[in-house]
Amino acid sequence: MAKILMKGNEAVGEAAVMAGCRYFFGYPITPQSELPHYMVKRLAEVGGVFLQAESEIGAVNMSFGAAGSGARVMTSSSSPGISLKQEGISYLAGAELPVVIVNIMRGGPGLGNIQPTQSDYFQATKGGGHGDYNLIVLAPASVQEIVDLTIDAFDLADKYRNPVMILGDGVLGQMMEPVEIREVQVNVPEKTWATTGAKGRKPNLINSLYIVAERCEEHNLRLQAKFKQMAKDNIRYEDYLADDAEILLVAYGTSARIAKGAIDRAREQGIKVGLVRPISLWPFPYEHLAEVAQKVKSVLVVEMSAGQMIEDVRLALNGSKPVDFYGRLGGMLPVTSEILREIEKLAKGGRSNG
Amino acid sequence: MVKVFERPKSLTEKPFHYCPGCTHGIIHRLVAETIDELGIRETTIGVGPVGCSVFIYEYMDLDFHQASHGRAPAVATGVKRVHPDKTVFVYQGDGDLAAIGTAEIVHAAARGERITVIFVNNAIYGMTGGQMAPTTLVGMETTTSPFGRNKETQGSPVRVSEMLSTLDGAAYVARVSVHDPKHVIQAKKAIRKAFDNQMNGVGFSLVEVLSTCPTNWGLHPIEATKWLADNMIPYYPLGEFKVPTAPAKVEGEVE
Ligand SMILES: Cc1ncc(C[n+]2csc(CCOP(=O)(O)OP(=O)(O)O)c2C)c(N)n1
Ligand code: SF4
Ligand SMILES: [Mg+2]
Repeated sequence: MAKILMKGNEAVGEAAVMAGCRYFFGYPITPQSELPHYMVKRLAEVGGVFLQAESEIGAVNMSFGAAGSGARVMTSSSSPGISLKQEGISYLAGAELPVVIVNIMRGGPGLGNIQPTQSDYFQATKGGGHGDYNLIVLAPASVQEIVDLTIDAFDLADKYRNPVMILGDGVLGQMMEPVEIREVQVNVPEKTWATTGAKGRKPNLINSLYIVAERCEEHNLRLQAKFKQMAKDNIRYEDYLADDAEILLVAYGTSARIAKGAIDRAREQGIKVGLVRPISLWPFPYEHLAEVAQKVKSVLVVEMSAGQMIEDVRLALNGSKPVDFYGRLGGMLPVTSEILREIEKLAKGGRSNG
Repeated sequence: MVKVFERPKSLTEKPFHYCPGCTHGIIHRLVAETIDELGIRETTIGVGPVGCSVFIYEYMDLDFHQASHGRAPAVATGVKRVHPDKTVFVYQGDGDLAAIGTAEIVHAAARGERITVIFVNNAIYGMTGGQMAPTTLVGMETTTSPFGRNKETQGSPVRVSEMLSTLDGAAYVARVSVHDPKHVIQAKKAIRKAFDNQMNGVGFSLVEVLSTCPTNWGLHPIEATKWLADNMIPYYPLGEFKVPTAPAKVEGEVE
């Protein structure tokens, strides 16, 4: 298969088109802008619709309408814009609509900056909007993985009738790497529930309102059963030199790439260190992590945040192992040599600086 | 025997839940009659608001979306872009459209989205307990303007139809009322035009319908219709603010 060099943001767009997505609604924000720039041209080639909305609120609600009408739909943004979309995402979950949402994270809180971070982990995996709901959250760590996960995201969204989020950061969005552009078998399930005009059937309704408490509880219980199934079937992770590791690093996305570099250098020194990289952040690989961690002496979580995923790591280990933290904030990247220093401290039996 | 009056086919059997004398029901009926006349029940998709008419999908026998508060025009945009061959209409109240949803309606109009908007202006937030709306008249008492809307601190009412008619993308904008039978007939004509326009591929059409809220106005239904005529119409004049212009003729074209 032919490989071509692509920017992460563009790769999201190309993968969406490969997956049969023909509708994109967005609003400009750095550092995801290459994605809409790519989509406007690419969708024109394949007869799709690109629409620049009046805001992220507009974009997510256009996505609601298009998904409810049976289409494969994508909307993308970066942190502040994703915050604006949260009410809409809650409605998508409530009305059970398949939309792929891309968040190329940047610095916060507030306007923060346009540099890469991972500080929207809580927002992505723990709710974000109101009500009891979950998204499948996929975190790629390379441009190829962006392509693969984006294609899967559309299938998962349709399979569960639920929004799916691709959670990247500015580094991944801007970085260029070779990717394999392949023929994808697009299998969109029949959407008998979509609004297409009530011809020869009862009207279809796209709705998240259940005014009677008993009915709303039933609806929620049904959603919870679905989320449970989603959680069971979609755990993804990568292990890197984890088999014989005495020190285990846990990192995702860009942090995981940098962590691997530090691991390689530590291994040269004979330190047995490995990595578990969660690929699905929701569902989080709790059990796998607990299993791998059984054999290690200590655990170091690396994030481009003040420590958000670390809460899930602690939940997974349930106090069985010390969990230390190394993180950079505000758009600063973790540095290989600094991670190495933390590993060395742990190897000597000390604690990381936390 | 010939039936001269019956329930529109586009309405379900479900009785309206509206308060006595509320004119939301009349407006639902006018929309349903129009859809019946055009024979488009099976090819029409509605988008409902958050407000007293949130259950419109239970009353209309059509495919429907229930949108979040104010965002119905954005939802309808998504629907229409997927189904350009279907008729897509939006039903919104004045809090929904003229406050929280201002950006969505302005930009749907500016883009010339080929949708039909039924905008029900009752000068108040009905559903949430009679709070001041952007359309509340100066001096009008509501639960959040108990001393009467104060122009200095609470601003002046928004005339949505006049504002939207300044946009090139808006093809048809009219304001009508349903406070008496004569006006109901006129309202019906405007709603029909707004649907005809969409079917003819003409851009964005909006009909603002002045409507009563006897409950939150604190008036008997009959007094409410009179109050509407005496107070709302002078500030919100009825009429067509924008009508579709015929496409410009190519030079040298023979009639
Ligand atoms: C985001 C959000 N904010 C506030 C509300 C509460 N709310 C429900 S209906 C409504 C006002 C509706 O008034 P209007 O659109 O004038 O409709 P009416 O009831 O008068 O027909 C408000 C503020 C909500 N549902 N969602
Ligand atoms: S509160 Fe007002 S708008 Fe709502 S149903 Fe009653 S009369 Fe109608
Ligand atoms: Mg109102």
